[in-house]
Amino acid sequence: MSSLRSIRVRVNGIEREGQVEPRLLLVDFLREHLGLTGTHIGCDTTSCGACTVLMDGRSLKSCTAFAVQADGREITTVEGVAADGQLHPLQEAFREQHALQCGYCTPGMVMSALYLLSRNPNPTESQIRRAIAGNLCRCTGYLNIIAAVKAAALKLNTRRAAI
Amino acid sequence: MFPARFDYFRPQTLEEALGLLQEHQGEAKVLAGGMSLIPLMKLRVAKPARLIDIGRLSGLDGIEARDGELAIGALARHAPLEESPLVREAVPLMADAAGVIGDTQVRNWGTIGGALAEADPAGDWGPVVLALNARLRCLSARGERFIAAREFFRDAYATALASDELVTQVLVPGPGPGATGAYLKLERKAGDFAIAGVAVQLAVDEQGVCREIGIGLGAVGLTPIKAVQAEAILRGQRLSEATLADAAEAAAREAEPVSDIRGSAAFKRDLVRALLRRAIEIALRRSRGEQVEAGHV
Repeated sequence: MSSLRSIRVRVNGIEREGQVEPRLLLVDFLREHLGLTGTHIGCDTTSCGACTVLMDGRSLKSCTAFAVQADGREITTVEGVAADGQLHPLQEAFREQHALQCGYCTPGMVMSALYLLSRNPNPTESQIRRAIAGNLCRCTGYLNIIAAVKAAALKLNTRRAAI
Repeated sequence: MFPARFDYFRPQTLEEALGLLQEHQGEAKVLAGGMSLIPLMKLRVAKPARLIDIGRLSGLDGIEARDGELAIGALARHAPLEESPLVREAVPLMADAAGVIGDTQVRNWGTIGGALAEADPAGDWGPVVLALNARLRCLSARGERFIAAREFFRDAYATALASDELVTQVLVPGPGPGATGAYLKLERKAGDFAIAGVAVQLAVDEQGVCREIGIGLGAVGLTPIKAVQAEAILRGQRLSEATLADAAEAAAREAEPVSDIRGSAAFKRDLVRALLRRAIEIALRRSRGEQVEAGHV
């Protein structure tokens, strides 16, 4: 009855194809079919945000989407954030500001922060807090994550001004 | 966790979607944003044999004013509803509600039509469409009908929609002169469902007399509740302290909360009293042109 479906998804700029059951979750397609294990599964109940990716530029909890819904769309995972072997300024800021301890939530935090900065280059602290409200961290107490997002905004704006 | 097996359809047109719904009546669920349905399927609370994905149908996500109404496509997602200048200006309580649903990731993909059809008793859109006396445009292969918000919610997770019908639009009557509103909810933690939520839409004339009033209560019953007795107490009256207290009392009586992990029934009734008075106060301040935040308490 539920036969395999062919899907084509552009993941981190590369066209990928898959034969998937319709019930396959997007996060499992990324991790199990494509080997992109940077996207983590935390709660698996749409709460923790560790599985956050961008779909057509908008943040999404990939445990709460089917791979077939991504057919023909563009996905960015944490593996697609660094370019040419260089950390993204947001990733640099996470390292410099000690915005991670165990690191489990980090891929999701980075993707949520990336989404925020794509829409709002100068977020206030309350906007940052609201933007990561769907991402849980049990180590840091969030303060260093907020500091990292602020620092990343500064880095990106400085870089833009220099161009 | 992963759901039970299902057959997946992604119709390219609305007509095709309605045809599939008719063909697979009773066995099919409609997938829009998936923010409610997919979690239920993963828990296997929902086990539809067929899934009809309407998430990418074009022309169903518009937000526009026309013929004296605000017409919102069922596939309008929460985030654009929160940000829409038209919504913020005409019906700020909708922007309030859109901004406090779930979290950023959920608001990016969840749709107003999907949330209404899901009819979660603690959903935020239910009280809002009740306060606004909105109508839902529903289509099936058999034709079109309009269901008043007040007739739409039948039970927890149950609506007046037939199994071959699709909500395609939410139609909000154009607010009269000076009409505005507010939505307020209290939640235990970020992204949680409301402990209780109250939506208010009102208009007050120069003499301070309440000309229009709509009140919707959320998370305090099996369905969202239109607080018609509280509305009747306020309509045509000056909003004096005594009148407001009477209305808050009436709304608390109209609520039907149960004690659960989010709070006792008595606490939730207290919340209805408090949220109603605060939402009215915010609406009145907004009607005087003040910029006031709402959504969360």
